[in-house]
Amino acid sequence: MWSDIVKKELQGIMGEQWVKDDPQSLVTHSYDGTPMLQSLPDAVIYPENTAQVSETLKVLSKYMIPVVSRGSGTNLCGGTVPVQGGVVMVMHRMNRILEIDLQNLTATVQPGLNTKQFITHVEGMGLFYPPDPSSMAISTIGGNIAEGSGGLRGLKYGTTKDYVLGLEAVLANGEVIRTGGKLMKDVAGYDLTKLLVGSEGTLAVITEATLKLVPPPKYKKTMLAMFKDIYGAARTVSSIIENRIIPATLEFLDRPTIRVVDDFAKLGLPLDMEAILLIEQDGDMESVERDIARIEEICRSEKAERIQVAESEAEALKLLTARRSAFTALARLRPTTILEDATVPRSKIADMVLEINKIALKHNVQICTFGHAGDGNLHPTATTDARDQEEIHRVEAAFEDIFEAAIRLGGTITGEHGVGLVKAPFLEWKVGAAGIEVMKGIKQAFDPHQLLNPGKVFAKSSRKRVVIEHG
Amino acid sequence: MAEPKTMEHGMTVSLVDTLKNKLDYDQLTNCMRCGFCLPACPTFRETGLEAESPRGRIALMKAAVDGIMQPDAAFEEQMDHCLACRACEPACPAGVKYGQLIEQTRDSIEQHTVRHRWWVKSARKMAFEGLFPHPRRMRLLGGALKFYQKSGLQKLTQGTGIMNLFPDELKGMEKIMPEATGTGVIKEIGVRHPAKGEKIATVGLFRGCIMDIMFTGTNVNTVRLLTEAGFEVVIPDEQTCCGALHAHSGEGGGAKKLAKSNIRAFKDLGVDWIVSNAGGCGALLIEYDHLLHDDPQWKDDAAWFASRAVDVAKLVVEHGRVPYFEADSQAGVRITYQDSCHVRNVMKSSEAPRKLMRSVEGVQFVEMEDSDRCCGSAGIYNLTQPDMAGQLLDRKMDCAKNTAAQYMITSNPGCLLQMKLGISKSGMENEMKAVHLVDFLYENMADKK
Ligand SMILES: Cc1cc2nc3c(=O)[nH]c(=O)nc-3n(C[C@H](O)[C@H](O)[C@H](O)COP(=O)(O)OP(=O)(O)OC[C@H]3O[C@@H](n4cnc5c(N)ncnc54)[C@H](O)[C@@H]3O)c2cc1C
Ligand code: SF4
Ligand code: SF4
Repeated sequence: MWSDIVKKELQGIMGEQWVKDDPQSLVTHSYDGTPMLQSLPDAVIYPENTAQVSETLKVLSKYMIPVVSRGSGTNLCGGTVPVQGGVVMVMHRMNRILEIDLQNLTATVQPGLNTKQFITHVEGMGLFYPPDPSSMAISTIGGNIAEGSGGLRGLKYGTTKDYVLGLEAVLANGEVIRTGGKLMKDVAGYDLTKLLVGSEGTLAVITEATLKLVPPPKYKKTMLAMFKDIYGAARTVSSIIENRIIPATLEFLDRPTIRVVDDFAKLGLPLDMEAILLIEQDGDMESVERDIARIEEICRSEKAERIQVAESEAEALKLLTARRSAFTALARLRPTTILEDATVPRSKIADMVLEINKIALKHNVQICTFGHAGDGNLHPTATTDARDQEEIHRVEAAFEDIFEAAIRLGGTITGEHGVGLVKAPFLEWKVGAAGIEVMKGIKQAFDPHQLLNPGKVFAKSSRKRVVIEHG
Repeated sequence: MAEPKTMEHGMTVSLVDTLKNKLDYDQLTNCMRCGFCLPACPTFRETGLEAESPRGRIALMKAAVDGIMQPDAAFEEQMDHCLACRACEPACPAGVKYGQLIEQTRDSIEQHTVRHRWWVKSARKMAFEGLFPHPRRMRLLGGALKFYQKSGLQKLTQGTGIMNLFPDELKGMEKIMPEATGTGVIKEIGVRHPAKGEKIATVGLFRGCIMDIMFTGTNVNTVRLLTEAGFEVVIPDEQTCCGALHAHSGEGGGAKKLAKSNIRAFKDLGVDWIVSNAGGCGALLIEYDHLLHDDPQWKDDAAWFASRAVDVAKLVVEHGRVPYFEADSQAGVRITYQDSCHVRNVMKSSEAPRKLMRSVEGVQFVEMEDSDRCCGSAGIYNLTQPDMAGQLLDRKMDCAKNTAAQYMITSNPGCLLQMKLGISKSGMENEMKAVHLVDFLYENMADKK
C-alpha cells in the first residue's frame, strides 16, 4: 500500500520533486491513448537512471506496490492505465542517446527518448532507423519496444522487434539484467531480448536499448491506385508480392474512409471507388523506377480505375496526405474514435474488409477501415460517442465479431498495438489455453508477485471493454 | 480557490458548478487523448510533465467537471501556466477547440478567485474597465508616456535605480518600450483612404488600442500598404479595444461588451474585410462569432464580422495586388521571422507573411528554428509567469542568434516587444533589430508615394 513511508523512501532515491502524489499528477496519469478508460494511480514517479529504477523497484516490491512503466501514454490498448492503482513510472527523464556506433551501425539509447527525435538524429548522421509508428512524434523508444510497434515501413523493413539487438532491463525485484548486445548473431540460451520486445511492461522495466541502424534508401517514388473492385485492390497486393516486389509502403483505404477523407481534406478523390492503395518504393533509382513501372502494370491488369504516380516530392506528399488524413478525418467525425488493429494474412485483406463492413451493418455502427495492406494489418475504426452507452455496447459487440473473423481468416487480434487491457479477453482465442499457460509461466518467472503492470495481457475472464475507476 | 461563492440571490455556487456550467462538455469529450498535441506545446516541452500539456490540462478540466478531482489552487495555477498560444489546436486530429476550453476555465476561475493579489485585481480593473475601452483615455496615456519618454524623466528613472523596485521583466520592458505617440492613426492621417489604382475591395482597419498609441507608425504604414495593394481603407473612430486581454484573463463579460461596439462600428460601414495587424487582437476578432454564439440578438452580426476578419499579410497575398518590394539601401540583408502564435494558429496566416518577405528583392530570408513556437510573450504572460516566459525567451534567442539575421520580423506588438526584450537581454542590440512585418514591408516598398 502507498503510504508516507514509501513516499519518503522513494524521495530518498529520486529526490522530492520526482515523487508526486498530488491530485493533478494522479489525474494526468490515469489514462492513455485508449478511449473510455480511466483509473487513478497512487503516485507518479520519474526516475533518472537505471540505478534509481532498480532501487525503486526494490522498495516497491518490498511493499508489494504495483508499478506501471509509461512512455508517452500513446498506446491504444489501455497498456498504461493503472487499473490496480500503484505507481506510474514515467520514463521521460531517461531520454538520452548514449552512443551511435558507426562501426557496428548501432545506437544505444535510453527508453524515454522520443522516437521522432531519435529518427531525426540518426538521419542527420546519414543513417536510417525504419520503425515509424504514426505516433512517432509523441511516442518513446521504450514504449515502441514494449509494444513491438510497427509502422508504414513495416512491410519491407520490419518492425521494432527487428531492430532491437540488446536490452538492459530491471526485474520486479530490482535486479538488473542485460540481454543481447551489439551482435548480429547470438544464440546463447533463450532469446530474452525478443521476449521483452512486446512484453508490454509486464516482465521488466526496460532501461536501455541497443538498436540496429541501416543505410538509408537513396531514392523514393510514390503512387496512388484507385479501384472500383475491392478484390482487384486485394489481388493487386498479392500480385505485387508474388512478383517478388516488396514495396516500402503499401497502404489501403476502404470506401467509407475515402468518403470521410475526401470530405475533410478535399483531395478530389473519386467517391465511387471501393478501395485506394498508396504505394511507395525506395532504394536505388533504377530498381525503384523498374518496380514502380511493374506495379503500375499490375494495377492496370487488375483494372485500377485511376493511377497517379508522383512526379515530384510535393506531389508525393499530396498522395501521402490521403493516407495521413485518414485518422484526422475520422477523429473529427464523432466524439469518440476507437481504432483497432485486426490483422490477417495479406491474401485475405479483401475478405476481411468485406467481413468488417458486414459486421458494421449487422451491429448498426460506423466502421471505416484503413491500414497496412502490405502486411495484412488493418485498422477498423469505429466512430462513436462514449456517452451513448447503448451504442458503445454495439461497438463492443462489433469488435468482438471482428476479432473472431480475423482469427477465423488465419489472423490475429492485434498486429502492432499490443494486448494490454482491451484485448486481454481475446488473447486466448489467438494463442489457446495452453499458450496462455506457457505465457503465465514466463510471467511468473520474471515477476512472481504480479507487480509489473498487473491486469494487462492476461484477463480474468471478462470479454467486455469496461470503464474502471480506481481509488 | 474552491471556496463557494455567495451569489447576489443568496445561492452558493462552487467553482465546480461554474466549470460545469461554462465548460463545453462536447469539446472535453472530443479529446481522445491521443497525445498529438504534446510535441506542439511549449510548456510541455519545457517541463516534460503531462499536467503541463494540452492533453493533461483537458484531462484536468474534465476531471474537475466529472468530480474526480477538486479544482484546487494547483489546478488554477496550472490553467494560468498555459500560454494560450494555441499551438495545440492545429496539431489536434480531432479538432478540439482548446482555446475555448481554456477561456471557459479561466472565466470560471475568475468568478471565484480570491487568489489574485489586490493590486493585480485593481490594476486589471483600471486597465480593463477604465482604460482599454476608451480610446481617448488611451491616447492620453500615450501622451503621458510620450512625455515621460521625451522629458528626460525616463533617463532619470533609469539612472536613479527606481526601476529596481519592479520585477525584472518590467525593468527589461521599460528599457525597450518604443516611443509612444499619443495621437493614433486617425489623427495622423484621417479616416478614409482611397485605393491606389483600381479598387479591389473596401477594408476596415482595426487599429487596436495599445497598438494605436505605441505603434501609430505601424498603423499608418498598414494603411499605406493596403492602399498600394488595391484596397480602400476606412478606420471607424467608433471602434474600441478588441477585448482579447479581457477574454484571455477570464473576463468574458467585458470582452462581449467591447465586441458588440466593434461589430456595430464596422457593420455600419459595410466593409468587405476587417483587417488586423496585431495577432492578439485579430485572433479574437475572428472568433467574435464564438464569443457571442449564445446571444440571439448578436449572433448573426458576430458571424458577419468574424467571417471578414483577416490578417493583413493574408489579405494582401490572397486578395490584393502584391506591391513590388526592393531592399531599401542594404542589399543582401538577412531577415528572419517569429510567428505570432495567434496569427499562425488562429488566423491561419503563416505562409502569407513568408511569401511577402521572400518577395522583397535583394533581401535574404532565413527560417529560424522553431519559429512557430511561442516566444513567451502571450499577452501579459511574461508579467504573470516570468519564469516560464524567461525560459522560453532564452531558448528563442538562441535560435535567433543562429540565423545571423539583421532583422527579426514579427506580426504582433506583444511578440515585437518580447523580441526587443530578448535582443536587449542577450546583448544583441548591435546585430539585430526587431520590426513589425508591415513596417519592414513599407520601408522596402519600391514605389512609396
Ligand atoms: C494516433 C496514434 C497512432 C498510432 N500509430 C501506431 C502505429 O502506426 N503503429 C504502432 O505500432 N502503434 C501505433 N500507435 C500506438 C502507440 O503509439 C504505440 O504503441 C507506441 O509504441 C507507444 O509508445 P509510448 O511511448 O506512448 O508508450 P506508452 O503508451 O506509454 O506505453 C506502452 C506500453 O509500453 C510499456 N512501457 C513503456 N515504457 C516502458 C519501459 N521503459 N519498459 C517497459 N515497459 C514500458 C507500458 O507499460 C505500456 O504497456 C498509435 C497511437 C496513436 C495514439
Ligand atoms: S491532440 Fe487533440 S484529441 Fe489528441 S490529446 Fe491533444 S487535444 Fe486531445
Ligand atoms: S495553448 Fe499553448 S501552452 Fe496552452 S496547452 Fe496549448 S500549446 Fe500548450
